[in-house]
Amino acid sequence: MPDMGQDRHADFRAEIAAWIDENAPASLRNRSFSEDDICWGGKRWVFRSEDQKTWLEACAAKGLTAPTWPEAYGGAGFDRAQDKAFREELDRLQVKKPLDSFGLWMLGPALLAFGTEEQKRHFLPQITRGEIRWCQGYSEPGAGSDLASVQTWAEDKGDHWIVNGSKIWTSYADQADWIFALIRTDRDAPKHKGISFMLIDMESEGVSTKPIRLISGKSPFCETFFDNVRVPKSYGEGLPAIVGEENRGWDVAKHLLTHEREMIGGGGSGLTGGRSVASVLADEGTTDPVILSRAMKLGVDELAMNLTLERYKDMAKQGGVGNASAMLKYYGTELNKARFELLMSAGGSDALAWDGEHGTLAPEWLRTKANSIEGGTSEVMLDILAKRVLELPGQ
Amino acid sequence: MATLILTDDETMLQDAARGFLDGAAPVGNLRANREAGRAYDPDLWGEMVRMGWAGVLVSEEQGGSDMGFAAANILSEEMGRSLVASPFLSTAVIAATALRRAGRTAALSAIAAGEATYALAIDEGPKFAPDATSMEAATSGNGFRLTGAKTFVGDGASASRILVLARAQAGLTLFDIEAGRTGVSRDKLDLVDSRDHAAITFDGVEATGEDVVGDVGGGLAALAPALRAGQAALAAELTGLSAGAFEMTAGYLKERKQFGRHIGSFQALQHRAAHLWSEIEVTASTIINAGRVLDATPDEADLAVSLAKARATETANLAVREGVQMHGGIGMTDEFDMGFYMKRARVAAEWLGDYGYHAAVVAKARGMAA
Ligand SMILES: Cc1cc2nc3c(=O)[nH]c(=O)nc-3n(C[C@H](O)[C@H](O)[C@H](O)COP(=O)(O)OP(=O)(O)OC[C@H]3O[C@@H](n4cnc5c(N)ncnc54)[C@H](O)[C@@H]3O)c2cc1C
Repeated sequence: MPDMGQDRHADFRAEIAAWIDENAPASLRNRSFSEDDICWGGKRWVFRSEDQKTWLEACAAKGLTAPTWPEAYGGAGFDRAQDKAFREELDRLQVKKPLDSFGLWMLGPALLAFGTEEQKRHFLPQITRGEIRWCQGYSEPGAGSDLASVQTWAEDKGDHWIVNGSKIWTSYADQADWIFALIRTDRDAPKHKGISFMLIDMESEGVSTKPIRLISGKSPFCETFFDNVRVPKSYGEGLPAIVGEENRGWDVAKHLLTHEREMIGGGGSGLTGGRSVASVLADEGTTDPVILSRAMKLGVDELAMNLTLERYKDMAKQGGVGNASAMLKYYGTELNKARFELLMSAGGSDALAWDGEHGTLAPEWLRTKANSIEGGTSEVMLDILAKRVLELPGQ
Repeated sequence: MATLILTDDETMLQDAARGFLDGAAPVGNLRANREAGRAYDPDLWGEMVRMGWAGVLVSEEQGGSDMGFAAANILSEEMGRSLVASPFLSTAVIAATALRRAGRTAALSAIAAGEATYALAIDEGPKFAPDATSMEAATSGNGFRLTGAKTFVGDGASASRILVLARAQAGLTLFDIEAGRTGVSRDKLDLVDSRDHAAITFDGVEATGEDVVGDVGGGLAALAPALRAGQAALAAELTGLSAGAFEMTAGYLKERKQFGRHIGSFQALQHRAAHLWSEIEVTASTIINAGRVLDATPDEADLAVSLAKARATETANLAVREGVQMHGGIGMTDEFDMGFYMKRARVAAEWLGDYGYHAAVVAKARGMAA
């Protein structure tokens, strides 16, 4: 007897695969991967090719840039199994993702959970179509791991605020159209209780950015300055500039962080430059037993982690994982760093060039060092697990 | 598509098993067994038989409960949590799987009814290496004569029957013989985990075609599904063991005070505890996955099973090392239970393939020439 459930998914898979096959431009179909292949979108986005643009538009029209979001907000309304099938088919057919952005990973989920109906209808489709690029204004010079001590301040002026202060480590702030930021709206309240989650147009008078160069040679992040920036309290009917309640931004911030952490934790696909660790070792003809044994251990841990990401998705569907998501962030990022350490060892001097035979391995290796810092450091993740999940005693 | 979380039925089975074992077989039982000089408590095993655990992989026609591999893993994991010693793994998982594949219904009925217990005699040296079996099954008339020595046979001293792998002219062959057959002699091995292990010598033991499980020369094929099932259940036991050791350790961190504060408030210990918990979580995914894969495609489960055994071995090792260390001096005492966890973890690490053996299976499956 045929299993109806399986059959339905098989049909869906075949259908979506056929659609991808028909619509994905040939130039975007290969195993190679570099940062240049990512399509970030936004007003300032210069498409790398006409094909990149066509592919984005084709996917956006079907809601496939945010497959699990409701259709009313620009998504495709897929359930988890459908979403997984779609991603697997993209991977199998070696097609690049149509769009990647902080709007998709971070702001979208926060708006879906905390936004007003109008905020969702207004902002989400701009994200799924890749029209508006968002950046994340959380960290400040004095507020890193201790994020709730942000000082950037919005003074209440009736129908608007005047924002002053500065953010740091704002990834792609110089490329972004809007920023979602943690801004202090009550300086007298306890530190967690006086923060609002504010949406600000980067073109506002008084906003400026200054790039900071990373050890990986790239300069994807910035200092962001707010100098007497006027932010209207409302962008229109039902469109407040604040997401969630005023002074309750910490709840939104935390919700968003759990998504960010799951995303970063799941980031290591086991592939680099389109190649698995095993294939890199084979290509290099690695015989060093120490490297091989490290690779064997890594292989075990990677597979176990992939299953854990699956299992946590199943758990999330059943009622949530809460603070345990800090484990995914901690474990996934440490594993990704281990993977690149290994690849560098396997590559030897071939792997040392900024842009050599190994593609961009060296800068990628350097970039992975940020994985266990951005979105909350490994130490902070362990603190969360110890205190919130294991409920170990405080001082 | 089966998910990687327990179904309602599985949760019920887990709760029932935990409830039963908490009452009937706390860790202290292990000490009582040791003192009484026995490997396990036969009354406890009798209860397990009555609850259908012995027949967990035996079909209902033979009196089994036929709950499947994921369920067997759940039971094994719960036993691991409180270090329950029983013939479950050798008999209900390994032997039942091999005998079921070979269609040996009488033997299966005996297992489900608790009338027979089994041991798997496979190792001949200090490391698991079935391919390298040298014990001889010489042709003798219509049958065979088994000659050789096996070691590290789990449940080998108490089992009523032995599955033994030997090399016949046609290749490796698996035999099912009663432990009391002429020429079989068993020596109890006094290993660190205080459980039943034996060295068994076979001195011209006569066997017939009736005793062959599967085909003559097809011993590895007959054994493979049983090994996979046993390795998965052992990995599950180790995961339960890790969880049990971790629970004790986390409890101690919340209770013990030094320098005027709970030791669990020291960040150095908090981070190590959180790291250990992460390892246990990641390993738990491989256990449930192994059960799912074994139930769905039992012949394509090598990767899933070896992944589980490799991870479980490493995680248990960390759990017991941290367990002893974080308990300080008391962790080193025989009176305290943590030592039992450490000793069982070491033995289970070696049984049915160590970390290196299974990591190599994983590497090979992933296209790495190890
Ligand atoms: C590549 C990259 C991109 C980023 N992008 C963004 C972005 O787009 N938007 C944004 O807002 N921010 C961004 N960040 C900032 C990031 O979130 C912070 O760097 C991070 O939260 C750590 O803060 P910090 O740098 O101030 O380090 P600190 O908090 O000063 O930490 C320094 C060290 O002390 C440790 N430490 C701190 N507190 C404790 C404690 N309680 N116990 C034990 N150890 C502790 C830390 O783990 C770390 O090892 C980015 C960072 C990087 C590297």
